[in-house]
Amino acid sequence: MIKDFEHFAPKTLKEALTLLDKYQDDCKVICGGQSLLILMRQGLVAPKYLVDIKGISELSYIKDDKDGLKIGALTTHRTIEKSPLIKKKYPVLAEMETRLASIQTRNWGSIGGNICHGDPAGDPAPVLIALDATLTVAGTKGERNMPAEDFTLDYFEVALEPGELLTEIQIPAPPPRTGTVYTKFNIIESDLATVGVAVSVTLGSGDGVCQDVRIALGAAAPMAMRAKKAEAVLKGKKITDALLAEAGEKASTEAEPISDIAASEEYRRELVKVLVKRMGNEALARAKRA
Amino acid sequence: MKKELKFKVNGQPYDIYVKPKTLLVEVLRDHLGLTGTKRGCNSSSCGACTVMLNGMAVKSCSMLALQANGADIMTVEGLAKGNKLHPLQEAFLDHGSYQCGFCTSGMLMALRALLEENPKPTKEQIKEGIDGNICRCTGYNSIIRAVTAVVKGEYKEAK
Repeated sequence: MIKDFEHFAPKTLKEALTLLDKYQDDCKVICGGQSLLILMRQGLVAPKYLVDIKGISELSYIKDDKDGLKIGALTTHRTIEKSPLIKKKYPVLAEMETRLASIQTRNWGSIGGNICHGDPAGDPAPVLIALDATLTVAGTKGERNMPAEDFTLDYFEVALEPGELLTEIQIPAPPPRTGTVYTKFNIIESDLATVGVAVSVTLGSGDGVCQDVRIALGAAAPMAMRAKKAEAVLKGKKITDALLAEAGEKASTEAEPISDIAASEEYRRELVKVLVKRMGNEALARAKRA
Repeated sequence: MKKELKFKVNGQPYDIYVKPKTLLVEVLRDHLGLTGTKRGCNSSSCGACTVMLNGMAVKSCSMLALQANGADIMTVEGLAKGNKLHPLQEAFLDHGSYQCGFCTSGMLMALRALLEENPKPTKEQIKEGIDGNICRCTGYNSIIRAVTAVVKGEYKEAK
């Protein structure tokens, strides 16, 4: 049973921040509530005050300019999935959203809510890390920016201070010859990732050398994480199958997975190993076409 | 403290007061008596509680009723026009697209939303459309056959 709470439905960011500032740790933010309501029903979260930001329309948008893409935190998964702009310029985002939960959940849940929930098995975080996204967080005292990879801290814990709200996700325009891909392994299609892997590869002009690479893992540690040792294997080299296999091995070692109902720790490490290699290959192919 | 909820369900306006913790499925079933919408897993997994909100399929067990303030909701009770069943309902009957029937209203609403967005879905798109709906009698194929028949125009909507 959900415990009673007081409900506020601010219509502007300013109103929301005033409420968050007032109630601090006693309140919880709800947007689509696709994850939060499950926790509230289980009694794991029981806020006194619920600040319902679903109606703040100023935080729902997709904008693109020469610097890159800006997504308002309240944008629903389904809007991102169906955006012609995103499909064309940032296809990995649309591909990730298509595999996130079910249509019903994507219709109501928001990308910002998903990241702020801090579930290490969530799909958006690894993709945003691979895309080198920046997150904007607002409070009554002003805004601050942080890289997506610094946002996820631990199981269901993110770098938001009490009183702060995630407002925007910024994704830099991809450099030329960049390919980014994501996949997850799961048994039931609409489930969370047993392991998720996002890889972004940028090739040098003409020489085919891997100029930059970002590898991000989901459900392979207490938080979405960057596999920096695996990246180091590939960076500055001409990517071969042997190097990708080595990168997979490294990622599998630096991951910190747990055993749970979906898979054992050993199985997850094996998945990381295989999927990093496989996604590395796909990212490379996409970079060559870009 | 109860808060006001003004919305439309199957075209009928309602103005009621609910506790903030009330879920949309609870308002529909327990307050309005529209028990066609089913409470299944109560955790957003099974899809039996699927209704349409402003034309989109949503899981009514996983949203606060207050978030439907101002919205247009359609439940399975709103599908038929008078005595004439919706083409999807007719097709479900003809193709035996249910066994126990518990998933049926959620399936119908997910499919109604799918057809509104894409009137000519492929078999793969139909499967994707009911990806969030579980039939534990595993009657998926007969459901897909029924939708395919509707898509082919074998069932006409009542005027």
